Amino acid sequence: MDTESRSPVVRLDDAVAVLGGFPALAGASIEIDHGEILLLRGPNGAGKTTLLRLCAGLVPLARGAGEVLGHDLSTERESIRQRVGLLGHHNGLYLDLTVGENVRFWGSTVGADDREIAGAIERMGVGDRLVDVTVRRLSAGQRRRTALACLVARRAELWLLDEPHAGLDATARDDIDAILRAAARAGATVVVASHELERAGALATRTVDVVAGQINPAAGEATP
Amino acid sequence: MNSAPTTWRIARLVAAKDLRVEWHSRIATNQVLPFAAVTMVIFAFALDSDAVLQRVAPGLVWLATLFSVLVLVQRAFAVEAEDGALEATRVAGVDPRAIYLGKALALGLQLFVLEIVLLVAAVVLYAQSVPLEGALLLTATLISATCGLAAVGILYGGLTAGQSGRETLLPLLTLPAVAPVLIGATRATEAARGTAGAVVSDGWPWLGLLAVFAVAFGVGGALAFGPLIDE
Repeated sequence: MDTESRSPVVRLDDAVAVLGGFPALAGASIEIDHGEILLLRGPNGAGKTTLLRLCAGLVPLARGAGEVLGHDLSTERESIRQRVGLLGHHNGLYLDLTVGENVRFWGSTVGADDREIAGAIERMGVGDRLVDVTVRRLSAGQRRRTALACLVARRAELWLLDEPHAGLDATARDDIDAILRAAARAGATVVVASHELERAGALATRTVDVVAGQINPAAGEATP
Repeated sequence: MNSAPTTWRIARLVAAKDLRVEWHSRIATNQVLPFAAVTMVIFAFALDSDAVLQRVAPGLVWLATLFSVLVLVQRAFAVEAEDGALEATRVAGVDPRAIYLGKALALGLQLFVLEIVLLVAAVVLYAQSVPLEGALLLTATLISATCGLAAVGILYGGLTAGQSGRETLLPLLTLPAVAPVLIGATRATEAARGTAGAVVSDGWPWLGLLAVFAVAFGVGGALAFGPLIDE
């Protein structure tokens, strides 16, 4: 077992991230291990989205220390970006391209071959009759599954999801939960920020509270 | 597992993706081309004099091209913004130089087709002709000017993408920047077709200007694009 696979996927130590002069994260510390599904819960403006964007290498670390997938958050943000997938309120899809064309494009940016791309499409359940449909014609749930197929094709090892259930019906939410559990079993690490505590709590293997830019363990919230 | 693709490989992927988006949406074909053609017809009605049209036709072709560039650039970044795809490429750590070069390549190819259509329109509407000895200069002018316009268009498109008021900001920034292309391409086109006593040899220095402009903005744009689209 190499050093990277033994060390946590995410390690933050007193991390501070400043947005527009305001410390959106004010001394956050956490370790996230391989294969975890971690739920971040907290009120609006608590710093959940900033935490996700910090872990994606999009927000600079102003103070403290941090590593993601073995890369230093202060000096190796570009390397981090290539190995994580962040899915926010948008899906990052080209609406005039088909499902297959979208997944192929995103997979090709990391050199994924045809077999990997076809596998990603099948795993996320957007093959068969959907693969040649333009994204503009898909439902919200189908679009979200297509976006997740793009993450798989991109070989993202750390999935950072901001309100992944938002705007989806019950069936689509069940589909997303099943996909995330399967991704974690396959070795991905998943961090979810959600207001839907009942659903996301059932999905998560661990829950933490994000309050005023700091991370507190939510004792007794972990589910097997 | 394949190795990570090179910048050129990703640039080709981005260009192919942009052209595929156009193939599905047909916005350039169904809206931009007719817009450019209508502009040419309106010029013909407004000037309404064969002698004047003969004299100013090269400038009108390039002016119509400039207006169309603005529409095409807006479109090139609208497809990126619609569902957060440009943000997603940034998140994914896709080389911004490759994004810039790929988008410029796709825009350049669309522009080149547009310019050919506009030249044909000029032949039909303004009774233009190009002597055989000017064909090489005209072809080189089309290529150089297209590269320059694409390089500037994508650079400023990236700069204004996501900004409020981008629809008005883009022309405000782009039109002054491409003024050298408008002047150089018009003079070179006049020389290629022998307008107002110009000869082909008069056009080569203007072609040099266009080439330098395209290289300068192409290199500068590739280097600046990453910081521009980053936060």
